[in-house]
Amino acid sequence: MSAQPPAPAPAATPKLNRLGLPKADYEGGKSTLCLGCGHDVITKQVINAFYEMGVPPHQVAKFSGIGCSSKTPAYFLNRAWGFNGVHGRMPSAATGALVANPELHGIGVSGDGDTASIGIGQFVHLVRRNLPLVYIVEDNGVYGLTKGQFSATADVGATRKKGDVNEFVPIDLCSLAIELGGTFVARSFSGDMKQLQTILEAAIAHKGTSIIDVISPCVTFNDHEGSTKSYKYAKEHETPVHDLGFVPYFEDTLAEIPAGDTKDVPFPDGSVLRFRGVGRDYDPTDKEKALRTIHESHGKQEILTGILYVNPAKPPFSEVLGATGKSLVDLPLDVLRPSREALERVMESMR
Amino acid sequence: MSSVLTKTTAGAGSSSGVILNDFSLQVATANGSGSQTANSVLMRSIFQMGVPVSGKNLFPSNIQGLPTWFTIRASKDGYIGRKREIDVLVCMNPETAEEDVREARAGTHVVYEKKLGLENAGKKRDDVTYYAVPFSELVVKITGAPEHAKLRKLIVNMIYVGVVADLMGIDPAESEIAIAKQLKGKKKAIDLNVSAVKLGLDYAAANFPVKIPYRVERMDATKGKIIVEGNAASALGCVFAGATVCAWYPITPSSSLCESFIDFCDDLRVDPATGKRNVAVIQAEDEIASIGMVLGACWAGARAFTSTSGPGISLMSEYIGLGYYTEIPAVLFDVQRVGPSTGLPTRTMQGDVLLCYFNSHGDAKHPVLFPASPEECFSMAGEAFDLAERLQTPVFVLTDLDLGMNNWMSDAFPYPTAPLDRGKVLDAAAIEKVKDTWGRYKDVDGDAIPYRTLPGTNSPAGAFFTRGSGHNEKAQYSEKATDYVNNVDRLARKFDTARTLVPKPEIQDRPGAVAGVLAYGTSHYGTAEGRDKLAAEFGVPLDYCRLRALPVGPETAAWIRRHERIYVVEQNRDSQLVTILRDEFPEIAARFVPIRQYNGLPLDATTVVEGVLSDRETSRKKG
Repeated sequence: MSAQPPAPAPAATPKLNRLGLPKADYEGGKSTLCLGCGHDVITKQVINAFYEMGVPPHQVAKFSGIGCSSKTPAYFLNRAWGFNGVHGRMPSAATGALVANPELHGIGVSGDGDTASIGIGQFVHLVRRNLPLVYIVEDNGVYGLTKGQFSATADVGATRKKGDVNEFVPIDLCSLAIELGGTFVARSFSGDMKQLQTILEAAIAHKGTSIIDVISPCVTFNDHEGSTKSYKYAKEHETPVHDLGFVPYFEDTLAEIPAGDTKDVPFPDGSVLRFRGVGRDYDPTDKEKALRTIHESHGKQEILTGILYVNPAKPPFSEVLGATGKSLVDLPLDVLRPSREALERVMESMR
Repeated sequence: MSSVLTKTTAGAGSSSGVILNDFSLQVATANGSGSQTANSVLMRSIFQMGVPVSGKNLFPSNIQGLPTWFTIRASKDGYIGRKREIDVLVCMNPETAEEDVREARAGTHVVYEKKLGLENAGKKRDDVTYYAVPFSELVVKITGAPEHAKLRKLIVNMIYVGVVADLMGIDPAESEIAIAKQLKGKKKAIDLNVSAVKLGLDYAAANFPVKIPYRVERMDATKGKIIVEGNAASALGCVFAGATVCAWYPITPSSSLCESFIDFCDDLRVDPATGKRNVAVIQAEDEIASIGMVLGACWAGARAFTSTSGPGISLMSEYIGLGYYTEIPAVLFDVQRVGPSTGLPTRTMQGDVLLCYFNSHGDAKHPVLFPASPEECFSMAGEAFDLAERLQTPVFVLTDLDLGMNNWMSDAFPYPTAPLDRGKVLDAAAIEKVKDTWGRYKDVDGDAIPYRTLPGTNSPAGAFFTRGSGHNEKAQYSEKATDYVNNVDRLARKFDTARTLVPKPEIQDRPGAVAGVLAYGTSHYGTAEGRDKLAAEFGVPLDYCRLRALPVGPETAAWIRRHERIYVVEQNRDSQLVTILRDEFPEIAARFVPIRQYNGLPLDATTVVEGVLSDRETSRKKG
């Protein structure tokens, strides 16, 4: 009696998100960055976050400026449209696209050079406007693509690979964003994948500008002894201000994050951000306290991470503009072009 | 050089005969004194009497206290360009009065504030006619009450409206109508202003038995016409062209374009159901952000524009290059002012032709439209959006301070009936048909214009990556030499396609002419008038080509080739258009003769007449 042939193993079905899409639909091209670059880790978390949040890829618009960081939108969400603008001016292109079509999900990727130096003006005004956009700063303290000059986020006393020392006070993009009325301000570390993904998911749900400053070591030009943006330094000095939980509106798993010593911040769409203290007296909805705590962290050589400030209630830019909030791209001709009578009325007023 | 013009520049004013509906009147005031209302009333009154009229405001870059001149020209023949020669001068500004009179030509009629003492010994000229009016004493009669003290400075100007009305035969009833229109039904203010006009009328009637020989007489040449600034016309054009995103940064002389757009949209772009706007207007942090926003919005598929002046274009250059290379539509209005640098920010120039045409580092060329009238500001706004989306490239609309900020008499704008040309855009169904054969930068139709898709289109094959770095037909990153060359060569071919699509020139030939004159934008007015004068008074017939856009199209090229000599009139020092024409027509480069005016004032006919005559003189001497 011959043995029964074994039943064929069922074809492995890929895991699908709430839209029924596999993660592959959220992936991008192959990275051309240096092996071990922190940016590639961030790219991976961006893919995870959009996949988990179930955002239709074709409704995502990706923006970036110039620099290593700004290459990364080519490495995620191939089915989304990408706009690689000029150096430091990504926010304006994103602003135009997202007021034209507010139904798009916008994500911008920039670096510390692209944002804190040449792009500081557009960064400042983007934050003031509260345009719905996930804005990631891949922060490594140096210009990578031009081979290692200091950026404006390099700490005083930090050394370059060649040994010269930075004497200039760094720009703390998170403090600046909070001062400017930012509604979602976070700092993370590319080595803290879990925290980063949670922050990104919450940022995607946030209807306003989300500033996420991610310490992302440059393995080629700024990973040496004396650097305060090296992998080793960041690992040793990263100080989460809280544990984070994010439950999007379409899930009902809030109970899985134990309550007690927690603070819940509800989003207008029904999503909830849950903060659990880690022995610190920190309130991410208290602007003054947030600023003070960040300021104090500098003296203690701490890299404070987490969602440092959040205010989901502030109206997004389109509301301030008095716009419909709908796409202006597909308006029919009779809306785009006022009537003959309307023109005649204007002409009469000029006679 | 001006000697050849003696017979036209002198004589007219000193003649004792009456000259009907043909004069230039200049009012000198200090800015911030409220004279703008009085000047508008004066201009409107003449307009309402059916006489072709134009008003030009020569103002300083300052809010209050510096000298301002407003020139009103009436012309029965319909010439509404600036006239170099002033016939009637109203001197209200103590700072400039003496110089204004000193520089007046013989025969000028001078109305002035009596206390300035312009007829005192040592100052008085005996070749001009004076009309001294005690404006500051008269104004107290109607603004004597202490609460009116602040008003006096403003109301005093309305008195000269009355004086001039009496001296030149302007119907005071028309001034009343103009005041009511200007002050939009504010009864108290209207009454006060009307009584000021009356004061002036009565004073002049009682004190000046001999009137100014330049007279206004009713005609029927303004019926149905409107008075409008070019900037408002451009803005209205954008509304009717379906622009839904506007990003701008304030700069003289362009600010009123976007501000007018906002005002028009408040009326015409509100969704009746929700009360929300079908438009987004963003006052950006600078011009770099403005153009970034415009490109972002156009990339997303909206019709978006910005408006600026030369300094703004300079700042925008990097993004304009990106728009060209990544093939994103955009419409930019450049309301030109005098440069370089801050230059004369409140004076006019056609100084940005080369800046716009070749804008960007690397190789780049852009379509540039030259509206010459408010009507064209309106219609070319629509053409600019159609071209930008058809060609997928930034398109410039070059106006200038003269056209943008001055009041122009214009025909009412015809309602645009053509459908909007949204260009080659693939929707989801169309992408499904072509699938992977589609390439964002592939020339499939032979016109070098590729097909684009818009973000949000629901098709897995539709997305692409827009990058200012090197790319291939599939929009993929590429540093390959052949990809680069193929791409920029296609862009050059696309520019040739543009030659056939941009607005065609307006050509007027004259029997017997072998030479021609070519002008663009506001240089039209002085050119057209000068050309008439050359034919009528000097027996020099010239053909005329009013260039309405760059790149040069086949009609313009044919016109140029059939002329032995082409006078090119422009308002810049370096003959910027001539530079382009000599490059386009190297074999006949010597035929182009520049005629230039670049003193910040709108081009006048005399400059054109002098330019042509002096060239003929030089040629004759050469034999």
